[in-house]
Order: sequence, then structure tokens, then C-alpha cells
Amino acid sequence: MIKIKGKDAAKKEVLKLENLTIRFGGLTAVDSFNGYLNKGELIGLIGPNGAGKTTIFNMITGIYKPTFGTITFNGINITGIKPQITTHLGIARTFQNIRLFSEMSVLENVMTAEHSWLQNYKAKKILHAHNPSEFPKPHWKPWFWSAVLKTPDYLKVERKMKSYAHDLLKEVGLDKYAHLKASALPYGPQRKLEIARALATKPSLLLLDEPAAGMNGQETQELLEFIENIREKFSLTILLIEHDMKFVMKICERIYVLDYGKIIAHGVPKEIQSDKKVIEAYLGDESYV
Amino acid sequence: MKRISFKLNFVLTTLFVIGTGFFLLWVSNSFGGYWDRIITLMGIYGIMAVSYTLVNGVTGIFSLGHAGFIAIGAYTAALLTLPIQQKAMSFFIEPLIWPLNSIQMGFLPATIIGGLVAAFAAFLVGYPSLRVTGDYFAIATFGFAEIIRIVIQNSYNITNGSLGLKSIPPYTTIWWAWGWLLVTVIVIGSLKFSSYGRALRAMSEDTVAARAMGIDVFKHQLISFVVSGFFAGIGGALYAHWLTTIDPRPTSLGIMLTFFVLIMIVIGGLGSISGAVLGAIFFAFFAQWLRIVESPMNFFGINIPGIPGMSMLIFAIIFILIMLFRRKGIMGKDELSWQYIYNYFSKKAGDQD
Repeated sequence: MIKIKGKDAAKKEVLKLENLTIRFGGLTAVDSFNGYLNKGELIGLIGPNGAGKTTIFNMITGIYKPTFGTITFNGINITGIKPQITTHLGIARTFQNIRLFSEMSVLENVMTAEHSWLQNYKAKKILHAHNPSEFPKPHWKPWFWSAVLKTPDYLKVERKMKSYAHDLLKEVGLDKYAHLKASALPYGPQRKLEIARALATKPSLLLLDEPAAGMNGQETQELLEFIENIREKFSLTILLIEHDMKFVMKICERIYVLDYGKIIAHGVPKEIQSDKKVIEAYLGDESYV
Repeated sequence: MKRISFKLNFVLTTLFVIGTGFFLLWVSNSFGGYWDRIITLMGIYGIMAVSYTLVNGVTGIFSLGHAGFIAIGAYTAALLTLPIQQKAMSFFIEPLIWPLNSIQMGFLPATIIGGLVAAFAAFLVGYPSLRVTGDYFAIATFGFAEIIRIVIQNSYNITNGSLGLKSIPPYTTIWWAWGWLLVTVIVIGSLKFSSYGRALRAMSEDTVAARAMGIDVFKHQLISFVVSGFFAGIGGALYAHWLTTIDPRPTSLGIMLTFFVLIMIVIGGLGSISGAVLGAIFFAFFAQWLRIVESPMNFFGINIPGIPGMSMLIFAIIFILIMLFRRKGIMGKDELSWQYIYNYFSKKAGDQD
């Protein structure tokens, strides 16, 4: 009985980071980070500049290979897997400084992310090896030739991509901009588009790197509702980095506080607010919170 | 803004292609050999430029190795179509090695094999070179193209070394050149306007974001490089059968050719297929037209002797002026589509109101 319960609990754990450490030369950017994310949670990762937050994101998505430690995603060890494959497995991210394909239209930006639908053979193979009963054996298809020759098979996928992209844009309220260049959008919609683009890869875990950076109070409030909204609709698990304390305290269920690459506190927002170490290292003045 | 439907677009494009065909027929019948040759060259340059713009424009990686692949295509196809007796005559320093000295085949299979060999060479060059980016990639591909040229120059028993190949049958007609150009434009256009094309354009803007969106950047760059190499080889094969004599001097199939094609795609607009074709037509025309400045002339009573290389100087000035005043070239990143023309004229009509 207990064993089954344990198994169930392990299944619900979407992401698990164990002893995650990375060194750049002599600098230890992240030092034995331990953390977990359960399905459907919204977790905050905070800390002063240079604490190693984005480095953790880069390790989860596979841009950096950790010096040691393991990253487990849905029970699969993904430590050191290439970034494109982590995306195909279901981890999507946004960037601190917006990185849209600015010369392409809003619609094309979303459709570019949907290109991963054609490219996920390796990821499917990993999933099949992990759990053959749930994930059927994938079949490799020569999508490149289909795309050049415009076979009916490909055109079907292309239509699907287009309609899904339109749906996504409608969902985030950008459908009226669909044919505009991405660089022509105002700042707030650009942030939203970046999230929509990440959603187009059909992720189960979304990593948001400072989504509220550069936004005013009202925009932040809108973003907050927006994130809650997509989390529900797409049944996402979200990990976010943020500097805006009000935002983090309002939205996050648990918070990890990082300083000089080490966890200095972990808990629900209330605990973090009253944690002496955190106030000292990061928040500085008590009245700020 | 009205959007032109797919059906209308298809009909207009088909009519345009047929119209171009009749125009070429008329030109080759009524103007004779000289213009026929120039227009054939326009088609060949077009193939080279369109394949080059796929790498340098659409994918956004700066390669300087295009002439290497053109040379491989040219030599492969020429060696396959040369009559056997001609081969025995040309290779007097060292005889040609076995399988090649007893093969002679038609133009079409030779061209395709030339393209395939060039594509394979592009794979071999691209696989190591694509690990570096930016200027380093340009230098690496430049180096590889030069290696290809020097290997050709020194393999006497395959390429006849610095003597080159002579008396290649002049198979390239206006129809071969423009027919292959049509194939090139259709294939590369189809690639550009597909999911893969979006991935390539995304990579050209931001590789980090593209990777985060699940695009295998290295693989896609390699695909684009190999496709480009294939059509460069086709272009080279046609070029060899247009020139009828090829040799490995840097000015014929070396770095000069890469720069010519680079000029074409920059004039046309980096990343635009129709721009590349327009750039090639422009270049082929002006390169011939500017021959006047190299011949002796009488200018208001002053006799000016012919200055060799003057046309290149003028091209350099044109190039600098483009860089200064119209950086995006003729087309920018846009394509010359019916929608583009419609928008252009409806905007003009709108201005007059």
C-alpha cells in the first residue's frame, strides 16, 4: 500500500533537481541546489542579481551542462540533454530580455515554435524507452522532403499549425496583430507573444524568466491574471524568476530564495516574508515588503 | 488590404512563366548568338545566386565557399560529358584515372550527378565548419573553397590540373539554364515557405531563441548548406557547358566567382529569392555592358586607351553606393509576388487620393 502511494507521489513530481552544481572555471555559480516542482504548482525563484537563477533555467533547458547533480523531468533523467530535445519533451521557456523573431510576423513567430512538432522524433524515442506502455514507438518521417514537395501529409500538418497558432493568439488576445511584424508590437503584447510562442511547443512545464520586468502596476496585474489563466487552461506547471516582490508573493505557492548560488530559504510566501536571512540578503529593508 | 487568392496567384504565376518562356524564345530567335549567350548566363547566375541566398540570406550564415561547390559541379559534369577521345587527348601529362576515362553520358544525368557530388562536398565542408559561427564560419568556408581549388589544380590524373578541361560540349542552351533556374526557384521557394523555412529564418534572427523553441540549429543549417551546395553544383555544371573550357584559376572558378555571386545577392536583397534572380540578371547585363569602358574610346577629342579591370572598379563603386543608400538591395527580404505588386500599386493609388 505504502509503496503504491510513494509511486503516485513520485509521478506527480514534474521536476526534481538534486545537488545541482555548476562551476565556470573557479566560480561556483550554483552550489548543490535541491528542489522539486509538483504537477500544477506555480513556484517562484528569487534572489539578488547574479545569484544564479537564470543559470538554473539554462541547466534545466540544457543550454548548460551541470558540473554535477541530476535533473529529473517526469521521471526521466534529462541532465545534459540538448536544448531542442528538452523542448520536445515538454519544457518551454521565455527570456529575461525579450527574444522574439522580430522580422517575422506574430503568426509566424508562433508557427516557428510549432516546427518542433515535426522534429520530436528523438524526444518520442526517449519517452518510449522510459515508458513503452504509455508512449507508442515513434515512426521517423522524412518531413523535410514532405515539406519541400508539399505532400498532402505535410499540408495537413501545416493547416493544423496555422489553426492552432490562431487559436493560441486568440487565447492570449493577440489575434488582431497576427499579420504584424513582431517588432511592431508594444512591450506588453511582446511579452505575451513570447509566452504564446513558448506555449506553441505544447509544454507541460513553463519557465518564465522575469515576465514582469519593465511593466507598470496595471500591466503587472494583467500579467498576473494572464499567467493564472493559461496555467489553468493548458494545465501547466510554472517556475518563474521575478524581481517584483509583490508579484511573486501574490502568485507563487512556494518560493526558493537563492543567494550566491545557494538556497538560503524555501517555503510559502508568508514564511519567506518573515525569514530573517532573506530580509538580510535580499529584501534589505523590512518595510519594502 | 485585399489578399490575392491562391487560385488567382497560381494562374498568374503560370501565365508569367509561360510568358517568360515565349519572351526567351523570341529573344533567342531574333537577336542571335550574342544576346542568346548573355541571357543563358543570366539563368546560370540566377541558379548560383538563388542557392547562395538560401545560405547567406535566409539562413543567415555567411559562407564564402560557394565557388568551391560550383567548381566541383562544373568539373564533375564536364568530366562526365566529355567525349572519350577528347579526354585521351587533353590528359597528356597524366592519363585520366579508370572509371572516368571510359564514361560518357548525357547532359541531364551529368548535371544531376554534378549537383549531388557538390552537395556531398557541402556536407563534408559544412559538418565541421558549422561548429563555428559568424566571421569564423566565413573564413572556414573560404579556406575550404580554396582547398577545393588547390586540390583541383594539383590532381592531374582527375582534373588535368592547371591545364583545365577544354572542348567541353556546349550543351547549355537558354532552355537548360532557365529550366534549371525554374526548378531551383520552385524547390528553394518551397523550402523557404514551409515550416523548415520559418525555422531557417528564425535561426537567422536569434539562434538562442530558435534553439529554445526546439529547433536543432546545427541540423537545419547543415540542411540549408547541403541544398545550397546541390544547386551550386547544378549551376556549375551549366556554367562549364556554357564556357566550354574550365580551369582552376582564382579568377574563373575561385574566390572571384564567390564575390560575383555575393554582389548579385546583395544587389537583389539578402534573403529574397526573386531579388537574387533580379540581381543575377542585373549583374550579367552590366558586366557585359560595362565592357565599353574597358575598350579604347574617344572622349571629347581625348583618346583614352582601354583600361582592363575598369568594369570591376565601377562595380565596386555601385556596390559602395548600394551599401550607403539602399542597404536592403532591390527587394530587401520581400519576395516579388503578385500580392507585393498589388500592395505596391494600391499604396501608390492611395497616395494620389
